[in-house]
Amino acid sequence: MAAALAIAPDRTDTAWPALRWAVARDVKLALRSRAELGVQLLFYVVVASLFPLATTPERSTLTLIGPGVLWVAALLASLLSLPRLFAADHADGTLEQIVLSPYPLVALVGGKIVAHWITTGLPLVIIAPLVGLQYALDEETLSVLAFALLIGTPILSLLGAIGAALTLGLRSSGSLLALLILPLYVPVLVFGAGAVEAARTGVGASAHLSLLGAGLLIACVGAPFAAAAAVRIALD
Amino acid sequence: MLEAQKLAARRGFSTLFTGLSFRVAPGEALVVTGANGTGKTTLLRMLAGLTAPAAGEIQWRGKRVGSFDPQLRAAVAFSGHLPALKDGLTAEENLASLVALEGSPAASDDIAHALDEVALSRQRTLPARVLSQGQCRRIGLARLSLAARPLWVLDEPLAALDAAGSALLARLLGRHLANGGLAVIATHAPLGLPEARLSSLVLNQS
Repeated sequence: MAAALAIAPDRTDTAWPALRWAVARDVKLALRSRAELGVQLLFYVVVASLFPLATTPERSTLTLIGPGVLWVAALLASLLSLPRLFAADHADGTLEQIVLSPYPLVALVGGKIVAHWITTGLPLVIIAPLVGLQYALDEETLSVLAFALLIGTPILSLLGAIGAALTLGLRSSGSLLALLILPLYVPVLVFGAGAVEAARTGVGASAHLSLLGAGLLIACVGAPFAAAAAVRIALD
Repeated sequence: MLEAQKLAARRGFSTLFTGLSFRVAPGEALVVTGANGTGKTTLLRMLAGLTAPAAGEIQWRGKRVGSFDPQLRAAVAFSGHLPALKDGLTAEENLASLVALEGSPAASDDIAHALDEVALSRQRTLPARVLSQGQCRRIGLARLSLAARPLWVLDEPLAALDAAGSALLARLLGRHLANGGLAVIATHAPLGLPEARLSSLVLNQS
């Protein structure tokens, strides 16, 4: 909390250029190393495709497990890319320059989170309906799946950023990050998979999607501050 | 004016230094020397606002500044052991990105000119991954010259620099001090600056 308060005196009119700087730089860097992006996307496709092979090709079973599997795979894929979020900048010293920048750190961290979502969350949103076809889900369910992922994956990036910042500089930070962050992902999983399930059974997904949206708003307000505070602690 | 009063630093259970007081006036450079492990880097990180002192206080322009203080962040240019360069970006992009992060985006002409000054104009469009350590250091020098910051905090700036690079650093530092800038530099090698501008601080094993 003390660190969050210390951020307050920053000039707020610089938040926008700071956000833009971080988003532009991180997206550019991600596009330069497209292989890493491909790995994450491929991971999602492979994990989601393993379940029909391991269980049964029967339609009714597949449609039953589909929503849950597609969401669990999204959680795992998000976890795969999270350790890199701050660790790369930490290793080459850029993070020191980021916290010493006159720009508000919250905006810079927020920009990194936005870039993380654009490069790892958004591709999942686009590919998930295709992967969902293997589970014999109908068109409407698939569109709800994409929409739920559109609201849910930013929450994964936001919450994950807190974990990535907290485990910065630790040994075996990857596995610790998973332990730390997966429990926090549970509400996203419950409401996200719940929305798809509700759409499949025809109950209507709006209740689940509203809760997911509320979660996104809360995460948007809180997570960048928490992640920024954790980054400062990691560098001290 | 940068002033330290009774600074102390701890790393784990061991005390690196206590009761450290000094003053750096505009146009002056403080050269910090001392054996390995005496806390040079820790002191520099404190002065840059990256680490909170265990005791004592730091004043910048007469005002007490804590760690990550916005006033100090707007004034300091910190160059640590790590080059803060991205392997995937070219020399030019790295420099532009660093300068923009410091809140003073430079035109591409200025970037090209700064790279020219550190003799990297031919490597302008090469990714940082293929540059040598010394060349990466030179990008750091170009960044210092572009970002007009009053306080330079440099940790071993001569590391990996050749003779020409050292001369370049001396020239940049001389210009910075002549313009009324301040510098705190941890180094083991002579900087080649006029003695009148330098004051010295030796950290001992406590």
